[in-house]
Amino acid sequence: MNNKYLGYFTNGIIKENPTLRLVLGTCPTLAVTTAAVNGIGMGLSATLVLVCSNLAISLLRNVIPDKVRIPAYITIIAGFVSVVQMLVKAFLPSVDKALGIYLPLIVVNCIILARAEMFASKHSVLPSVLDGLGMGIGFTAVLTLMGAIREILGAGTLFSLPITAKFIDPMIIFLLPPGGFFVFGILVAASNALAKKNGKKIAEHLGCEACPSKGVCGNAVKEAAENEQ
Amino acid sequence: MNSNTAIASVLLAAILTNNMVLSKFLGICPFLGVSKKTGTAFSMSVAVTLVMVVSTAVTWPIYHFILAPDYTYLETIVFILVIAAIVQLIEIVLKRYIKPVYNALGIYLPLITTNCAVLGITMLNITNGLGFVQSLFNALGAGLGFMLAMLLFSGVRERLEMADIPEFLKGLPITLIAASLVSLSFLGFAGIGG
Repeated sequence: MNNKYLGYFTNGIIKENPTLRLVLGTCPTLAVTTAAVNGIGMGLSATLVLVCSNLAISLLRNVIPDKVRIPAYITIIAGFVSVVQMLVKAFLPSVDKALGIYLPLIVVNCIILARAEMFASKHSVLPSVLDGLGMGIGFTAVLTLMGAIREILGAGTLFSLPITAKFIDPMIIFLLPPGGFFVFGILVAASNALAKKNGKKIAEHLGCEACPSKGVCGNAVKEAAENEQ
Repeated sequence: MNSNTAIASVLLAAILTNNMVLSKFLGICPFLGVSKKTGTAFSMSVAVTLVMVVSTAVTWPIYHFILAPDYTYLETIVFILVIAAIVQLIEIVLKRYIKPVYNALGIYLPLITTNCAVLGITMLNITNGLGFVQSLFNALGAGLGFMLAMLLFSGVRERLEMADIPEFLKGLPITLIAASLVSLSFLGFAGIGG
């Protein structure tokens, strides 16, 4: 019994890591990771929203009619995002400034809607909260790692402390958009190599398959793409 | 004249220097997921552009005449609900009155509600303090920039399918690295349009 709950929790950290394995929430992963501290800020904000929205949606799962579930989920998520936004603005103004519009954009972060649709709407409260917590920690870990890599290479510092700045010229390109795509590409390659070694499938951007809106538009887009061939 | 140049510079900046996908990292999901086929990429971007312009036309007045200055904390929740409603409305209107357009774009519309590029552009217009007309052109430019990135990248991906790629980079990693190079080329536009 205990093992089952532990499984819900650890699932999101490694096996189904939202960023590297499920390839969800790519936008903030690329956008805010110019410094390790931004990765932590973004990750923890998203975790808080994820845990709260999983909790609320799991409680309401038998009340929300199936047809309007996506708008209902979005409203619930937007409510929690506004709360987090106000908290961050009040207590951590520097983080609020660094994250900019990506903080309110947690509303449309696919991880949160995807976990609501795939997990919280089908499970009871405790597993849903554990799932949200695990997914959030997995997301935070990858964002922090990526922020650390980009900060060391691009500015020669880590958490604003000088590391290599004195003897290696920082490569600013890693702080710019191309560096984001590049570092993420290498991280996915590394995680794929590890997965392969352990006999797991490699991560793929599934397009429609992974999209939480799949239930709304069906696989229409995928079919359109296939018809075109 | 002066306002014309200002609008032209907003438009150019939104398409090239502040490209939605390649420098603001918004709308990465469709960029990676849908850009495999040029035709699909084109229809999707037309739908995104349409929704961006219409959403901006509705959210800008809502923010400035209803929410500001006392209720700005409601921005997030109001904007996402308004966008969701607009997408539904556009779908209904197209289905009823402009059937050919609906057949071409209809399937992409529900997908766009949760596209961060749309919510992102309506919020950026507010954050950057743009006027109403400037906001509309900024949204149009962002949509066109999204289209440019999607079309360019679908070409790159068609070539990638043929290329001989090291085993560990196959699939998503090489796609991201290719995106990195396309994004690098867009850095060359820095300074254009201000």
